[in-house]
Amino acid sequence: MAQSRLSAGLENTTQPGSSGFLRNLHIDWPLMTGLIALSIMGLIVLYSASGENWSTVSRQMIWMSIAFLVMFFIAQIPPRSIQFWTPWVFGGGVLLLLGVLFFGEVSKGAQRWLNLGLFRVQPSEIMKFACPMMVAWYMAEKPLPPSTGRVLIALLILAVPVALIARQPDLGTSILVASAGIFVLLLTGISWFLIGGFAVLVAAAAPVVWFFYMHDYQRQRVLTFLNPESDPLGSGYHIIQSKIAIGSGGLYGKGWLNGTQSQLDFLPERSTDFIFAVFAEEFGLVGVLVLLSLYLYIVIRGLVIAHQAQGTFARLLAGSLVLTFMVYIVVNIGMVSGLLPVVGVPLPLVSYGGTSMVTLMIAFGILMSIQTHRKLLTS
Amino acid sequence: MQYTKIQLKDHLRETRLFSSRVIVAGAVVVLLLIILIARMIYLQVLSHEHYTTLSQNNRVSIVSVPPPRGLIFDRNGKVLAENLPSFTLELIPEKIKDIDATLEGLQAIIDISESNIKRFRKALKRNRAFKSLPLKFRLDEEEVARLSVRQHQFTGVDIKAELMRHYPYESLGVHALGYVGRINEKELKGLTTDYVGTTYIGKTGIERYYEEELHGSVGFRKIESNARGRILRVLENQPPVPGKNIYLTLDADVQAAAEAGLKDRRGAVVALDPQTGEVLALASMPRFDPNPFVNGIEYKAYRELADSIDRPLFNRAIRGGYPPGSTMKPFVGLAGLEYDVVHGATKIACKGWFQLPNSEHKYRDWKREGHGLMTLEGAIRESCDVFFYEMSLELGIDHIYEFNNEFGFGRRSGIDLPGETAGILPSRAWKRRVKNESWYFGETLITAIGQGFNVTSPLQLAYATGIFANYGLKIRPHLAYAMQEPNSDTLNYFEPEVLGIVPVVKKGNWDYMALSMKRVVHSNRGTARRIGKNAKYQMAGKTGTAQVYGIKQDEKYDKENLEDRLRDHALFVSYAPFKNPRIAVAVIVENGESGGGVAAPIARKVMDAYLLPKMNKGKKVKGK
Repeated sequence: MAQSRLSAGLENTTQPGSSGFLRNLHIDWPLMTGLIALSIMGLIVLYSASGENWSTVSRQMIWMSIAFLVMFFIAQIPPRSIQFWTPWVFGGGVLLLLGVLFFGEVSKGAQRWLNLGLFRVQPSEIMKFACPMMVAWYMAEKPLPPSTGRVLIALLILAVPVALIARQPDLGTSILVASAGIFVLLLTGISWFLIGGFAVLVAAAAPVVWFFYMHDYQRQRVLTFLNPESDPLGSGYHIIQSKIAIGSGGLYGKGWLNGTQSQLDFLPERSTDFIFAVFAEEFGLVGVLVLLSLYLYIVIRGLVIAHQAQGTFARLLAGSLVLTFMVYIVVNIGMVSGLLPVVGVPLPLVSYGGTSMVTLMIAFGILMSIQTHRKLLTS
Repeated sequence: MQYTKIQLKDHLRETRLFSSRVIVAGAVVVLLLIILIARMIYLQVLSHEHYTTLSQNNRVSIVSVPPPRGLIFDRNGKVLAENLPSFTLELIPEKIKDIDATLEGLQAIIDISESNIKRFRKALKRNRAFKSLPLKFRLDEEEVARLSVRQHQFTGVDIKAELMRHYPYESLGVHALGYVGRINEKELKGLTTDYVGTTYIGKTGIERYYEEELHGSVGFRKIESNARGRILRVLENQPPVPGKNIYLTLDADVQAAAEAGLKDRRGAVVALDPQTGEVLALASMPRFDPNPFVNGIEYKAYRELADSIDRPLFNRAIRGGYPPGSTMKPFVGLAGLEYDVVHGATKIACKGWFQLPNSEHKYRDWKREGHGLMTLEGAIRESCDVFFYEMSLELGIDHIYEFNNEFGFGRRSGIDLPGETAGILPSRAWKRRVKNESWYFGETLITAIGQGFNVTSPLQLAYATGIFANYGLKIRPHLAYAMQEPNSDTLNYFEPEVLGIVPVVKKGNWDYMALSMKRVVHSNRGTARRIGKNAKYQMAGKTGTAQVYGIKQDEKYDKENLEDRLRDHALFVSYAPFKNPRIAVAVIVENGESGGGVAAPIARKVMDAYLLPKMNKGKKVKGK
């Protein structure tokens, strides 16, 4: 494995597809190694978090296999084809979101699913990659940096799906989708002046959003985040219990399967959104540092891919996808450790759940496609 | 659009711009990771101890295990207070598929009130599904049987047994025994030892006085439970120490005789063994059944008891204050002998009334025509008041006070029961303190015949009579006979506590007074001669009547016109057998009028109940 990673690293500078079976698979082995290591770690934590439930773990393994397969197939599609199909994917995604709005299934007080007869889809998941693709596609049409007008149009394109997702309501996903689109814009090299102006605008809009566009439960979440002890048995319960789990883990943790907070059900959502607390309780600060290093490795590898990418579309899309992956990590760990309000964002490749994992692996498939379909540049 | 200048892509510039942005992004990523790591260090290293404590508190809880309460027996081992299993019908919601159908099914088998169902449904909403919830308390045997037979039809329906205090003799001896009830808030605050998990506490009587011994000590189980409160395992277990069993000096048969003697009258009987201080009977009538109090008596039933004009809840035997009347005379008479005011042969003429020099007021004898010439012995036998009026003038209030004080009048005996009254033994100092007045001669006269300011409890009278029977030896009256450690067969008996001896110099004075009291019962003219007939043993006694209110001068005592509750109290004190006394009895019958006619026969029954079985036993032994 180490040898193959080494050779894959060397290959990056040579023309892909020129030699070797592994190269023809269109897989970026350094990234692949990181993803596999993370998946294994995820399964180990999930086994503990699910209360040693094999059926949960095997279901997750099935989803994982599907996700890796999807990634593999996406990686075979050349970036040019991805770019070509982008408006269709985005358009289809928006249509499905509208479908959710009118015909969607309601579960747990939110309308997120669309039943297409054969299977159910969650169109907001598609937007996690369709949105940055669309903004990158639009930006790649004209030379960079873009004019202010084009930036505004890009923001409008972005606003449609974000608004539709926020309406469902799904705050976590809309934040991820919005940030994915905005990362594309930031990477286009728009002036810092514009970015600053935009930031001021957002700050000014915040109170308006608070009073006119937020649901009561969303406001409650923010208030609870600011003072979780105000409602220790209600909405503050999640944060309090997860802080207890993390804090009581200490330096070396309580040991695998020995986390009392997790094993005795004090921690809610422990195999999904709050799985990081289980990990931190059982493996301690040392385990957390190992996990974060692994994430950092994947992010840095992703940024390297973005840096080496050929073509504006590929470059912008790769960069945005990697940074969105980072947002997942920061928002999830931030919320579990009480730094951020509770929004439903899973911990990538560790949290239990199939849909978000498939979406995530589509993004990594795009990254691999971008990395492995490069043509040798003569500069 | 066709005029728009075609913009050429400057690849190099784009790449450079993008690279710089990627570097910025990388820096931001590192910064964010540093923030996350800082947060983790704060939680996992700096606040580790705090969160460890919270996590421990989350999972470990301590559950108290109440100890079984000690039993109470009478001196012969008859159970007076026991712990019986009480059956409660309980449902475990998570095990029941259809609660409504189950409730309906149960209602078809036993009677379940609407209020019970309402309470159950309320509890259903408030509790976790795995928690067992009570539907009906105190099932009777038939209900338990009916449910047991059909229990297989109802999964998740349980009959739970709990220990509940029960008094098998019901109202017998209730004022001595007392009862337990649910701990109230005030009691909870006053507790010094651990009562967590204990439901009951002694409210009155022995149950309260020996609460500490009867209760035992609470055990605990340290348990690990999950977030829903389900117990997962026991980490530590310290079993409770059961309460000690207490054997009382009471004799259930003597007690029953005392209560049967009073029957439906109001009054009290105290019987004790003068040589040991053991209280053989302590009765107060009317009585009540303590069993309903154990789990909280219904309000209406309680009000009926509490508001009753007959005051059944009131323990007359130790809290009731009565004028001792003529039962005081043996003590005052002994004082007269001891202070040399009178001698055995001293005769005083009784013409039915007595006047202080320079006073018009006539102090009357109960016998209007007078007793004629009286010795002290005669004055005791026939209860002549005039003799004592005249004697008391020379004896003086100070001597009366000092001497009677030795017999325990006006102070608590120290019996092992809560709430004993001290009564009043009047003196100059007492009157100065309480009424801020000086003492009058006339008050000495009525004090000498047990009227006036005198207030004694039945217990005090029995105690004083016991001291008399003992020729002065004072032993603290007590109800605890023996204590039995949990899981042990040996009894630890209480030693009689000698409090002192009445300083009577001449034994002859005791003999004289004892003989006088014997003649009250065993002579033709004795006021209690009726109970002396057919007695299998000899006894000494003294009758008394106590005025409920003062009769005005020259007013005829008219029985017919007096309301029942204004009639005189009837009293009788006695001890037996005359030689080697084993029982001293004091009887007070409220509004009973006649000491000899009403109170004395009760004393006789009590003494019979105690002495006759012993005598028979002795004969049988001799016969063999």
